[in-house]
Amino acid sequence: MLAYIIKRILSLIPVLAVVTIAIFLIIHITPGNPAAAILGIEASQEEIEQLNQDLGLDRPLLEQYTSWVAHVFKGDLGDSIFMDQPVSEAIAEHISPTLSLAILAQVIAIILAIPFGMIAAYKRGSVADYSLMGLSLLGMAVPSFLLGLFLMLFVGVKLQWLPVAGYEPLSSGLWEHMKYLILPGISLGTIQAALITRMTRSSMLEVLNLNFIKTARSKGLHEMKVLFKHAFRSAFLPILTVIGQTFGTLVTGAVVVEAIFNIPGLGQLILNSIARRDFAVIQGVVLVVTLMYVTINLVIDLLYGAVDPRVRLERK
Amino acid sequence: MATVQEKEYVAQISKKLKKEQRALGYRRLRSNYGLLIGATIFAILVLLALIGPLFTSYGPYDMKVVDRLTAPGAQHWLGTDEFGRDLLTRLLYGARVSISVGLAVALLSSALGLIIGVYATYFKTLDHILMRICDGLIAIPGILLAIALMAALGASALNVIMALTIVFTPNIARVVRSAALVVREQTYIEAMHVQGASATRIIWQHIVPNTLSPLLVQATFVFAEAIISEAALSFLGAGIPAPEASWGNILQASKLVIYKAWWMVVFPGTALVLSVLSLNLMGDGLRDLLDPRVKHKSRKS
Repeated sequence: MLAYIIKRILSLIPVLAVVTIAIFLIIHITPGNPAAAILGIEASQEEIEQLNQDLGLDRPLLEQYTSWVAHVFKGDLGDSIFMDQPVSEAIAEHISPTLSLAILAQVIAIILAIPFGMIAAYKRGSVADYSLMGLSLLGMAVPSFLLGLFLMLFVGVKLQWLPVAGYEPLSSGLWEHMKYLILPGISLGTIQAALITRMTRSSMLEVLNLNFIKTARSKGLHEMKVLFKHAFRSAFLPILTVIGQTFGTLVTGAVVVEAIFNIPGLGQLILNSIARRDFAVIQGVVLVVTLMYVTINLVIDLLYGAVDPRVRLERK
Repeated sequence: MATVQEKEYVAQISKKLKKEQRALGYRRLRSNYGLLIGATIFAILVLLALIGPLFTSYGPYDMKVVDRLTAPGAQHWLGTDEFGRDLLTRLLYGARVSISVGLAVALLSSALGLIIGVYATYFKTLDHILMRICDGLIAIPGILLAIALMAALGASALNVIMALTIVFTPNIARVVRSAALVVREQTYIEAMHVQGASATRIIWQHIVPNTLSPLLVQATFVFAEAIISEAALSFLGAGIPAPEASWGNILQASKLVIYKAWWMVVFPGTALVLSVLSLNLMGDGLRDLLDPRVKHKSRKS
C-alpha cells in the first residue's frame, strides 16, 4: 500500500510541472508585449518599461519561470495589478461561495441521482427506465449556464419563488444563504445528477445479475432488503468513485455558474480580471482550482486503492 | 488450376457475401435510432445555418430601435433583441458561427490528436514526453484553460478555435493512443517490422486506419463540447465579440433583459440544446455502430 501511495504521489510531479509551465506561459502568448497589453494603449513607453521590470518580464524565460514557481511554493501568487492586493488574499476572499455552491450541487445531485438510478436499474426496460435515461441524456446536453438562465427565467422571473441573482454569506443565516444558492445549485447539479444516475443504473444492473442476489431472493428476503442491503452496498463503490472524480468538475462548473447568478466567487474574480488583463489573478485562480482538482483526484485514487486491493496491484 | 466454372462460382459467392454484408450493415444502421435521430436533427440545423439566412428579409445587424424587444409575432417570428434586430435572423447567423467553430475545433484537434497519438505509440521517448504534456493539460479544467487562453489572446472567433483546440487535443490524443497501442502489439505489425517496413508506412497504412473509428466517435463528442464551450465563452464575454451573432452572446444579452424578453433566453437556448443533444446521440450511435464490443456489453448490462 505504501509503495502505491508513493508511486501515485510521484506520478504527480510531471503533471504539476506541465500544469505550472502551461499556466506560466499564458501571459507570454499575449500578442505583443504583455506589459503594454496590461496598461492599455494610452501608456507611455517609460511606464511600459517600468512594468516590464516590475513583473520581471525583461529577464530570461527560464529564470522567470523558476522564480514564479519558487514564489508559488511559498504561497505567493503575485500581486493583482488592478486591485492592488496579493492574489492569494483575493482568492481567499472569493473561494467560499464557490465551494458552497459546488458542495450544494453535489448534495442535490446525489439526492436525485441515486434513487433514480436504482429505480431505472430495478425496473429495467420499463417506461420509468426509458424516461429516466432520456432525462439524463437531456441533462447532459444542457450546459449548466443555460439551465441557470432557464431556471432564472421560470422560477425567478415568472414564478418569483426565489431571488434571481445575488449572494448572502452563511453568516446572515442558513436560509438567507441557501435562498440564493438553490437555483445555481440545481443548474450545476443537474449534469452531475445525470452522470451519477447512469453510473448507479449500470453498477446496480451488474450486481443484480449476480448469484448472491438470486440466493438472497430465493431464501425469501424482502425485495427492499435485497435491493438496499445486498445490491446497493456492493454497487456503491463505482458510484462513489464517479461522485468523487466529478467533484472537481463541479468546482470548475461553479466558476461559470457564478457568473450568471452574480455570486462573488472565483468565477467572478477571473471574469473581472479578463477585461482588466490582470494576468496574476487569472494565473492564480487557474492554478488554485487545478491544484484542488488534482488533489481531489489523488485522494479518491488513494481511497480506492485502500478499499480495493486490485487497483493497487494492477498499477504496479 | 481453377477452371472457368470454378472461378465464376467463387465470384458469385463473393458477390453474394458482399451483398449480405451490405444488407447487414444497413440493418444495423436502420436499427440504430440514436444515430438516425441525431443525424437528422443535426442535418436540419446545418441546412438551416447554410441556407436559412438567404430566406430572411432582415440582416443580422439591421437595427430598428422602435421595434426593440418585440415579442414573437407575424413580423418577427421569434421576436427582436434589445437593439430591435430580428432574433430569428441572428439565430441563423449564430448557427453558422457555432457550427463552424465546433467543426473547426473537432477537425483541428482530431488531426493534431491523431498525429500525436500514433507517433507517441511508435516512439517510446516521444510517448513519455507527449503523454506527460497531455496529462498536465488535461489536469487543468477545460473551461478555465480556455478562459485564461482567451484572456491572453483576446476575444475573436479565430482565437476561440485556437484556445478550444488546445483544450481538446490532449483528450483525442489519449483516445487515439490507446487504440493505436492495441494495434501496435499485433503480430502482423511485428512481421512488417521484421520485413523492414518503414515507420511511416506502418503508422499511416496500418495503425492509423485502425484508430479511425474511436477517433470519429470522440470527434463527435468534441464537436458537441466545442459548441457548448464556445457558447459558454461568448456568454461570459470571452468568446465571439459583439456585434457578431453567436448563440452564446445572444444569451449574454438576454440575461440583462430577462424580465422583459423570455424569447431571447428560450430560442437560442433551445438551438444550443438541440445541436448538442443531436451530436451526443450521433456519438453514442456511432460508437454502437463502429464498436460491436461496446454494443454487446451495453446489451448485456
